[in-house]
Amino acid sequence: MRGTEYRAGLSRGLPVGMGYFSVSFGFGTMAVNQGLRALDATLISLTNLTSAGQFAGLTVIVAGATLWEMILTQLIINSRYALMSLALSQRMGQRIGLLPRMLIAFLNTDEIFALAMSRMEPLTLPFMLGLGTLPILGWTLGTLCGALAGSVLPGSIRTALGVMLYGMFVAIVVPEAKREKEILAVVVLALVCSSLFAWVPGLNRVSAGLAIVICTVEAAAICAVVFPVAERGEAPV
Amino acid sequence: MNLYLYILAMAVTTYLIRVLPLTLFRKPISSRFLRSFLHYVPYACLSAMTFPAILSSTDSVISGAAALAVAVGLAYRGKSLIVVALSSSAAVLLCQWGISLLG
Repeated sequence: MRGTEYRAGLSRGLPVGMGYFSVSFGFGTMAVNQGLRALDATLISLTNLTSAGQFAGLTVIVAGATLWEMILTQLIINSRYALMSLALSQRMGQRIGLLPRMLIAFLNTDEIFALAMSRMEPLTLPFMLGLGTLPILGWTLGTLCGALAGSVLPGSIRTALGVMLYGMFVAIVVPEAKREKEILAVVVLALVCSSLFAWVPGLNRVSAGLAIVICTVEAAAICAVVFPVAERGEAPV
Repeated sequence: MNLYLYILAMAVTTYLIRVLPLTLFRKPISSRFLRSFLHYVPYACLSAMTFPAILSSTDSVISGAAALAVAVGLAYRGKSLIVVALSSSAAVLLCQWGISLLG
């Protein structure tokens, strides 16, 4: 029974694991391009398991900013996980105890959350662990491969691979912005803000990590006031 | 600053965000503002991180802009993550090649 649950999770997680491999390949290449060692980039992926947060973290590391700035950046950019964990917590009910919850929390990414919530059967610990296994493997090994490729490939190819992660961010945002005008508004607000921080004299002295935090809060807060989400955001049954 | 201190701060903060709502605070978020805010955060931060950083991520602004244009165009037409990413890389390679021919 436990074995079947674990295997059911594994097979649901396979496509996510493959997708993670390619995204984290981009992260690994970018990290070594910016001066990190391959194993250190891999350690970041193994311990964090989050794309936007790691990318922003890399920016903070390269800028040599303070630890407080690192903590603030992660708090803001990864705040959405709190919402997902809350929803997941309601969905799991009382059947799953404290220690299993602490394990499951580590694996809670956007995609794993979506798969878990869409399951018809009750969530069990073996299923959740199965679900997380291939994504975390894909994420960690993809980073290692990308970092190693980035270390040995010639400079021109390394630079070209370095934009992969940006390409993936664009691929995530653009279809949503096309579908929902609220998302388009949040994107435009964030772009205007980040452009100001990059190009306006004085503002461009603000460190990159802090600028990301300010732009994120500004754009998301304005849109939350102007376009509050419908009640569908409630914790599902 | 020690790299491993950064990694530790990053990992612990991220884990606490994920683990506290699953263990201690289990009540649903009642504030509509907060739920809306959290809904918009990913799009805001991905956008702010991509632009204008992508323009300065390659050897010239031209190849960075080409990567962005190709990515936006293909993503708008609904191409998959990996196709968009690899095509923007290819755009950079082509631009660099073109620039080196001219220069």
